[in-house]
Amino acid sequence: MTRLVQIPLLFLLLVVSTVSRAELTIEITQGVDRPVPVAIVPFGWEGVTALPEDVASVIGSDLYRSGLFSIMKQENMLSFPNKSSEVYFRDWRLGGIEYLVIGRVVDDPAARGYRVEYELYDVVKEQRLAGGFFAGNANNLRKAAHRISDVVYEKLTGIRGAFSTQIVYVTARKLGKKLFNYRLQLADSDGARPQLILESREPILSPSWSRDGKKLAYVSFETGRPAVYIQEIASGKRQRMTSFRGLNGAPAWSPDGKKLAVTLSKDGNPEIYIIDIATRNLKRITRHYGIDTEPSWSPDGGSIIFTSNRGGKPQIYSVELATGWIERLTFEGDYNARGGLTHDGRHLVMVHRSNGVFHIAVQDLKTGRIDVLTETYLDESPSIAPNGSMVIYATQQGNRGVLGAVSIDGRVKFKLPAKSGDVREPAWSPYLQ
Amino acid sequence: MRVGNLKAIAIAASVVWAAGCSTTSTTDDSGAMKDSSSTTQGSATTSGASGSGMSHGQMGDGMTKADAMKLTSVFYFDFDKAVVKPAALADLEAHAKYLISNPNASVVLEGHADERGTREYNMALGERRAKAVGRYLTVQGVSSSQIETISYGEEQPAMIGHSEASWAKNRRVELKY
Repeated sequence: MTRLVQIPLLFLLLVVSTVSRAELTIEITQGVDRPVPVAIVPFGWEGVTALPEDVASVIGSDLYRSGLFSIMKQENMLSFPNKSSEVYFRDWRLGGIEYLVIGRVVDDPAARGYRVEYELYDVVKEQRLAGGFFAGNANNLRKAAHRISDVVYEKLTGIRGAFSTQIVYVTARKLGKKLFNYRLQLADSDGARPQLILESREPILSPSWSRDGKKLAYVSFETGRPAVYIQEIASGKRQRMTSFRGLNGAPAWSPDGKKLAVTLSKDGNPEIYIIDIATRNLKRITRHYGIDTEPSWSPDGGSIIFTSNRGGKPQIYSVELATGWIERLTFEGDYNARGGLTHDGRHLVMVHRSNGVFHIAVQDLKTGRIDVLTETYLDESPSIAPNGSMVIYATQQGNRGVLGAVSIDGRVKFKLPAKSGDVREPAWSPYLQ
Repeated sequence: MRVGNLKAIAIAASVVWAAGCSTTSTTDDSGAMKDSSSTTQGSATTSGASGSGMSHGQMGDGMTKADAMKLTSVFYFDFDKAVVKPAALADLEAHAKYLISNPNASVVLEGHADERGTREYNMALGERRAKAVGRYLTVQGVSSSQIETISYGEEQPAMIGHSEASWAKNRRVELKY
């Protein structure tokens, strides 16, 4: 319970520091050379009691974390407009600001909560670019803020925002010689509002989202042996999908949501299988005496990418499901594993070892070019944001596992540190309704 | 254990000699020929070595669980490898003797990997290691029904840390009764 409380507090502190004292932030380790200057004015609120969330701070933190924007400090603002009639563009031009976000929070009895209204302006052209509102209860103020961040990001970059998505990850603590505590956690994409999905003394790993964002598949050793489970997030209802003799691992949801690719060794050897979730029919996909594991679907569902050591060292292969045709995708480096394709199918994101060091790398499947994205330590478990802009992954900082994120072009990097324990196995949700 | 070790070497050596015999039977290495001919008789090398191993075998027959628990029970592996090291064979053989003479006893082989590389690949690697140890036991004559394998991959390190010293301790199979 204490950890549940500690994490949000930590993230709140970060949020505050990013906005009010950006120079002290430890969160972003690398941004673009010339970030676009944006001002987000504290949102108006005429209520008697303070709001549970500072909407402008959340938006500022989101945009800042993208690495593409610099956020104006509140103390440098010459005015605090909450309505269009209060905006004097000259004030903002003087501060070098290019875009301005203003808004207000009002009581919304119909929603039994609040209505968050916002407007986005182009300061140079003196134009209103977007405006609207999101309504919800007090628990959803952060959500409304993330939705506004999504709108602003899309208007300014042309790319759909993914701030209102979620991540799942696993935390682990060693409590004694043979005593561990594992937790599967769900949180907003900025790490705030963590919720416990599953807790166990036995390992939990490989969480995977269903395409509709309503369910998770994962591996849990809670019975003493590995099994693949599916859990509905809202109700907590779950079912055990596979618990064969040997390995039951690496579940990956098919794009149509009806099947899971898994690794099983029930026939003697780690192989990829596809299980139909409704009928539980099992279809074996790979046949090789080497290790075949870490399946991941192509965006069209027609192929599966997987890791195999059939060539002696772990490399990434793809198998076309209709024909069984197997193709090796990676040739550079002596360890390439846990591959996943970007949503356009063009790039392969993976764990790549070069010079004995494990990093996250992206390979252009057309040109074969590999770019190493990270310079952290023991990087693994990459998961791509639904808009393809960022990759979240697990890395080491000191003697602790932490989450890091890097943009797909390698220009933007940030970390999501936690207060204690190891954090690992992040999985980025699809777009959520 | 020394004796078991000798026997293991003798068996391994005899296998090599036998193989050498079939492929190099016409070579001029008469020394090798002699050795191999003694293995073909089946008894010369093996029974010679197991002659000294016999007493150990008898100890094995009377080995109690407490005796078996005193044996080395953790066996280490190289990175991304699932090959049982020669140094482990003597102890594994003693475990095999205990299991053969106690058919109702069973053993769990827990395979582990170090933290490097990906988790699911390491899960598979841990299983390979456990199965490699299991295979060695069955070759010695242990019934496969007495052996259970489970892989924990890199999830339960014996030693925390990012050095080769820790990694070497974590790439292991633990034999548990």
